[in-house]
This record gives sequence, structure tokens and C-alpha cells, in this order.
Amino acid sequence: MIRFDNVSKTYPRQNAPALHDVSLEIERGEFVFLVGSSGSGKSTFLRLILREERASTGTVHVLGKDLARLSNWKVPQVRRQLGTVFQDFRLLPNKTVGENVAFALEVIGKSRGQIRKTVPEVLDLVGLGGKDDRMPGELSGGEQQRVAIARAFVNRPMLLIADEPTGNLDPQTSVGIMKLLDRINRTGTTVVMATHDAQIVDQMRKRVIELERGRLVRDQVRGVYGYQH
Amino acid sequence: MRAHFVLSEIGVGLRRNVTMTLAVIVSVALSLALLGGSLLARKQVNSMENYWYDRVEVSIFLCNANDAETGDPACARGAVTEEQKEQIDAELQEYDLVDNVYFETAEEAFEHYQEQQADSPIAAVVTPDQMQESFRVKLTDPTRYEVISSAFAGRDGVQSVRDQRSTLEPLFNLLNGVNYAALGLMALMLVVALLLIVNTVRVSAFSRRRETGIMRLVGASSFYIQMPFILEATIAGMLGALLACVLLVGVKQFAIDTFLADEIQVIDFVGWDAVLSVLPWVLVVGALMPSIAAFFALRKYLKV
Repeated sequence: MIRFDNVSKTYPRQNAPALHDVSLEIERGEFVFLVGSSGSGKSTFLRLILREERASTGTVHVLGKDLARLSNWKVPQVRRQLGTVFQDFRLLPNKTVGENVAFALEVIGKSRGQIRKTVPEVLDLVGLGGKDDRMPGELSGGEQQRVAIARAFVNRPMLLIADEPTGNLDPQTSVGIMKLLDRINRTGTTVVMATHDAQIVDQMRKRVIELERGRLVRDQVRGVYGYQH
Repeated sequence: MRAHFVLSEIGVGLRRNVTMTLAVIVSVALSLALLGGSLLARKQVNSMENYWYDRVEVSIFLCNANDAETGDPACARGAVTEEQKEQIDAELQEYDLVDNVYFETAEEAFEHYQEQQADSPIAAVVTPDQMQESFRVKLTDPTRYEVISSAFAGRDGVQSVRDQRSTLEPLFNLLNGVNYAALGLMALMLVVALLLIVNTVRVSAFSRRRETGIMRLVGASSFYIQMPFILEATIAGMLGALLACVLLVGVKQFAIDTFLADEIQVIDFVGWDAVLSVLPWVLVVGALMPSIAAFFALRKYLKV
């Protein structure tokens, strides 16, 4: 699903690499936590998967494709098979909940009939059934993140990338979001989630990858957030 | 491609940037009106050149008794004789270049002079014997005036050889110069319009970076992402081009047809066919130029 082979990334005009010689493999259907302090390289790791950045050395394979060899005009085809969720939700404030989800389908050219059928389905799935016509501003943070997850999942992606999806939410709401992500994972979608939330990582007991100053320092199958002393 | 979606995006973009869009429309309109105007002016000057150059003659002025007495150096050997006149006439007939020859007598010259200078006090004191006889030579190719000039100037009995074309040339040079100035102005306006378009597209892309960011994430093709911006620029350009067309038609209708054509009847002004033939060019340039400018601007500001 995802394979990093000796991947390093150095941004222009910076001496220290953001990612240094990282090799790992994530299998289909896995749920992976990506942990590490700010500036440890988590975001760079995710940006490389999304092909927002290219690796300086080494190769990144996503869904069997070598991203370095992928030409620019083919990138959208790969991104359609990925879903992305962010800490700040990234919803369009002037569109309703239903329109926000539909937007993801419209811009890849899906037919109107298909959109009308799929959008309520996926909103039901994330627990927002019947809230199609609400504006994002009227919803709570947890509900907004559910809309974002619905938008990310509406194409039934093979892989869901979540960059601190609970970063702006209170613990109780976070649990709800994690349950939802777990449910999505059970449908066969691989989930890679960067987080700072120790409680969540400790509860879920999933694979944990830890980065520190750009290096891979830990890869545990059923890990917890911090080192156990 | 969902037309409805793209159209609504364009509408939003144009409304959000009303002032910039208006600036684009006006600058495109002005530069294209100048483009159309100078194309038409060129046609006008060309047709005037053809018209007037077809009518110009080379005049061979002959010495009269008066010239010989007043000591004109060209006429030092006295007034022209009948033999010399016959000789010149015969030689002129031999040139292929010569279309026809008309001999103007002193009497005729006097009449023309009196007609043209009726108001002048000099006309009252001029007498027929002061006027010169002349050959009025019409050439098949008016540009080859030197052939006649070199053959007859300086000959006994010939006072001077004058080409009417040389009196018209400064006028046409001036008109052509004005035309080039208009083209230069158009080029500058076009540059201004292009810079405005690039800036407008940049502002537009920046104000919608949230939407375009999401579009990129969910895998919209860059064509789909860029389309609304390019069409926005195209629509603004087309509106500018239409405005330019209205300006050109307006100038033709009101300034030329109802005003100048009555005031200056000697000039045959450009017709509607010429105006209509210029309009498609104005529209094509108005639609293509902004789209291409927007395309290149977006390559910089909307990366995949």
C-alpha cells in the first residue's frame, strides 16, 4: 500500500533534512499512528504520500506507483484513491454540508445522479444523516470533522490520511471521531493518522511509528504513545 | 465536465473581483479599439494613396519670354521655341512609362490660376504672358518619376520638371507616422492589459486558494482547477472586445458617416465592409490574449 525505501527529504535552503533515510512498509488494511514532537517530520511524511512534495533521495511507492516517476498530470488520478482529513477541517464555509461533500465528487466529474445518491449515504455513515442542508458554521467541531471525513471517504478511497484529526477537539468528541475512523478502517481502508494525542494511541493499541528529528526511531505493532520505561 | 459547476464558479470569481474585472475590460477594450482603429486607418491611408497617386502628374514647365527676361538661370537661352516643344512632345510619346500627355497653354494656365487664387491680390496683377506653358504627363507608374525628370530637366526651353507626388508625400508620411504611433500606443496598452490580467488572475487564485486546495486534495485535474480562472479571463476579454467593437462601429457611424463624410467630401472614407472585416480580429484577439495570459499566470500560482 505504502512503501518508503531510504527516503530523505531536504527542503530548499535548509541544512537539516526534514526526513532522513526512512524505510518502512504499510500493508493494505492497516491502521497506523504516526507520532513524534512538532518538527519531527510527520507532516513531511504525509506530504510525501500525497505527492505534495517529492523525496530528495529514495523512493516512495503509494498504491503500487513510484511517485517519483509519476508525471504531474497523473497525480490527480492517484489522489482520487486517497482521502485526506486535517486538523482544521478545511470545509468551504459558504457551502452547505451536503454541498461540501458533493464538491469532492463534482470536481472529479461525477454525474449529478451519482452525487445525489452517494452524498446522503456517506453522511449517514459518519452519523450526520439529515444534516445535508446545514452550514458548517452551525455545526460543532466534532460534527465539522465528520463532514470532512465524509468528504474524504465519499470516493471509497483505498487509503485515508489524517493529519491530527482530533487536534482541535475535546477528548469526548475525539473518541467519537476515532470510533468513526476505526469503522472506516474495518471496511478495508488503510488509515494513516498523525497525532499528538497520547490517550487515543494508548487506547487503540494499533501500530505506532515514531519519528524524531526526521529519523524513524520506533515501529511497534501494538504500540503506545510514549516509550514505556 | 459539469458546465453548471464551472459557470457558477466563474460567476463567483467575477463578482468577487468586480473592480479588477472592470479594469481588465476597459483596458482590453481600449487597446483593441486602438488595434481596430489603426488597422482601419491603414486601410484608409492606403486607399487615399491609391486614389491620389493615380491622379498625380509630372509637369514639365517651359520657359516663357518673361522667364528669359527676369534672368531665370534655367531659361538663360531664351523662351521655348515651337521646335523644342514638338521635340519634347515626340520624345514623351515614345516612353512606355507615359500614359498620356496633355499640353497646357499659357491661357489655360492663366484661367486655372485665376480660379484657384481668385481671392489673392497677386491674381489681379498677373497677366497671361507671365504664365508658363507646360506638358502635363501622366505616368503608368507614378513612382518612376525620375525617368522623366532626368530626361527633360535642364534641357533648353525647359524651366523645371515638377512631380506632384512629391508634394503629397509629406502628407502621407505624416499619416503613416500617426498610424505607427497608434500601433505603438496599442502595444503599450496591450502590455498594460496583459499585466492587469495576470494580476487579476493572481488575486482571483489567491482569494479562492481554499477551494483550489480542496480540489487538489480530492484529485481534481489541473485542467479542471484552472478552467474557471481561464474562462473568467476569457469572458472579461470578450466583454472588452465587444466594447471595442461598439466603439469602432460608433466611430464609423457617428464620427465618420454623419460628420466627417459631409465635412470633407474629397476623401472617400473607409466603408462598412472594411469596419466589419476588422471586428472578427478584434474579437479573436480579445478572447485569445487573456486566456493565454491567464494560462501562463496560473502555471505559476496554481501548482499541482
